[in-house]
Amino acid sequence: MSDARMLDVEIAEDRHEDTIALNMGPQHPSTHGVLRLILELDGEEVCKCEPIIGYLHRGKEKVGEHHTLHQNIPYTDRMDYLAPLANNVAYAIACEKLVGIEAPPRAQAIRVICAELGRISSHLLGLGAYAMDLGAMTVFLWTFREREAIYSMMERISGARFTTSYTRIGGCARDFPEDLFPKLEKFVREFPHRVDEYEGLLTRNKIWVKRTQGVGVITVEQALQYGLTGPNLRACGVEYDLRKLHPYSGYDLYDFEVPVGTTGDCYDRYMVRVEEMRQSTRIIEQVLDSMPSGPYLNRAGDDELKSVQPEKKKVLTNMESLIHQFMVFTDSVDLPHGEVYFGHENPKGELGFFLRSEGGSKAQRMRIRGPSFASLQVLQEVVPGHMISDIMAILGSIDFVMGECDR
Amino acid sequence: MNETVFYFATTLGKIVVFTHLALILAALMVLGERRISAVMQSRLGPNRVGYGGLLQPIADALKFFFKEDVVPGQVEKVLYILAPAITVIPALLTIAVIPFGPALTIFGTEVPLVIADLDIGILFVFAIASLGVYGVVLAGWASNSRYPLLGGVRSSAQMISYELVLGLSVIGIFMSTGSLRLLDVVAAQQDGVWFAFSQPLGFLLFVICAFAETNRLPFDTPEAETELVAGYHTEYSSMKFAMFFMGEYTAMFVFAALISTLFLGGWDIPFVTAEQLAAWGNWGSLLGFVSFFTKCLCFMFFYIWVRWTIPRFRFDQTMALGWKVGIPAGVANIVATAFILLPPGTL
Repeated sequence: MSDARMLDVEIAEDRHEDTIALNMGPQHPSTHGVLRLILELDGEEVCKCEPIIGYLHRGKEKVGEHHTLHQNIPYTDRMDYLAPLANNVAYAIACEKLVGIEAPPRAQAIRVICAELGRISSHLLGLGAYAMDLGAMTVFLWTFREREAIYSMMERISGARFTTSYTRIGGCARDFPEDLFPKLEKFVREFPHRVDEYEGLLTRNKIWVKRTQGVGVITVEQALQYGLTGPNLRACGVEYDLRKLHPYSGYDLYDFEVPVGTTGDCYDRYMVRVEEMRQSTRIIEQVLDSMPSGPYLNRAGDDELKSVQPEKKKVLTNMESLIHQFMVFTDSVDLPHGEVYFGHENPKGELGFFLRSEGGSKAQRMRIRGPSFASLQVLQEVVPGHMISDIMAILGSIDFVMGECDR
Repeated sequence: MNETVFYFATTLGKIVVFTHLALILAALMVLGERRISAVMQSRLGPNRVGYGGLLQPIADALKFFFKEDVVPGQVEKVLYILAPAITVIPALLTIAVIPFGPALTIFGTEVPLVIADLDIGILFVFAIASLGVYGVVLAGWASNSRYPLLGGVRSSAQMISYELVLGLSVIGIFMSTGSLRLLDVVAAQQDGVWFAFSQPLGFLLFVICAFAETNRLPFDTPEAETELVAGYHTEYSSMKFAMFFMGEYTAMFVFAALISTLFLGGWDIPFVTAEQLAAWGNWGSLLGFVSFFTKCLCFMFFYIWVRWTIPRFRFDQTMALGWKVGIPAGVANIVATAFILLPPGTL
């Protein structure tokens, strides 16, 4: 706190006679979460913008080094809390790479559905909040209508609406419920029309276009320098999508396009997200059509794969399996030595997990690469020269979440 | 009965009835806004207090009264307390010259349904309404805090710019009627067509200004919630905040009433002539009153409809629209009207 206050003073002393310092956040209606910006204003124009982060720091990386791999799954829910399922998937795949196993095909297909639902949900909130910050309140509540449907489905899948903790190392916590298929199919069928509705309010709305086109332009160089990923990078025209570049979870089986923008302004970021939602529905549709049967979790055989859970039936009937189960969830799975990095195409960009193991049951080092952290840094480059009102457009279009930025 | 006493009695009656009408309508408008926006956003809105939430405004008002009245330490006390009043009073004063309907006949005397039948009617409205901006500016300044200051600055710039457009947009009407008296304007529309049709450009400009002057979306930059927290009333709480709210909604009603009077024929009912209406006596007056109110309510609905549909302009875009589009268009409207009104063969 004292550091942050010092900064305020520094700006105040540093500034010219005719500018004012304005503190925006951490509790401001449009710095969603706890982002804080210290602005130097010349009238309505922003001369300097200093983002201050860390108000939501919970030491996720350190926590990850003090828990076994399995115990850490619930902590990943609370990173990008707008797409908890996607975080679960990212973490599970990273762990599987470290352990050296792969999830069975059905689990992979389920995970694709989870990740894409998370993407839609996150983009919906991003779009809604973006529109709300520019004054179009109705879009926000309309997107919540669909998010509600998604949350109900998440609840049916994982048992929780928000803190899903759904994946396990080697698969998923439970099978994809059969009765969800018709619901999901209905959702996938109707959702594109809903997107049309949002677009009807915004895409060709004169005011919306005026507020977003040519505003907050991020050049390709800036985007690459600051390590932007996901929709923010693609809006600049760089076709960088981990689902295409390094397909995981069987993404190479599905046919989808990667929308890219041209100028990297707020309008492009909006269009890219809208198009991504449509593509995500396409992916879910294909997964539903081709959902493989088989196990949803890689079970341990009698002597191999000691790092994954044994079958529940065996746990209840077989002493060794019971011990094995107990061991998996307490602490003595012996991890192989080595280090892995896995980057997952999360809704907001590349969510990467780096894990290093020196044996034992816990990661010796865990490092998380959050996309919002990178996107927020670019603010100090992009914001100066814009008006105060443009900050809302830029923040909204960058679509950050502090939970994953501060970790 | 003494004529003077009768005059005072009826005038007092009109003042009480019309101002309360405006205030009650402002309160109901808040409820209406919440319910209608809820429908637009697939929600329910407040529907618990009273039948369908009808008593919600009373509940809100009670809540405002019982809230702690926080006066932050850094404010300029006198102006800070005065500012909300300065916002409400002009809004209520303008109601004085708005004709609510055709004259009533009470005890054989004609009583026009307007509190003060001024010859300079519309000028009075503009003169008083522009005082309202002081409330906003002083609130922004007296709060001695940065967000309200920005809101106050935006507001003063915006309201002053749009007042010019507002003034220009109605000149066409007064060129056609030859009078600033609002009763004459209504009479002219009863005889001819509504000015919304004969002065389409003026009508459009006036509607835009109505939004800008009342700080409604898409021109609500002075209090833009997501930018300036709450703009000029960020530091206000309790009843002082409620007064800003009241002032805003009353101003909205005044503008709806002005639009009905100036452009939508006032109490005129389509296809019914003034003589026919007069022939029905007091019932005719009542019918005219209902017609006038229906038009006001329709425009109020339009206010709400727009607010929940489109995004907000950026402040410089608002100003550009006012100065670069509004004022030239207003002048063009005056010139065009002048040419049309020119007696044939003059040129």
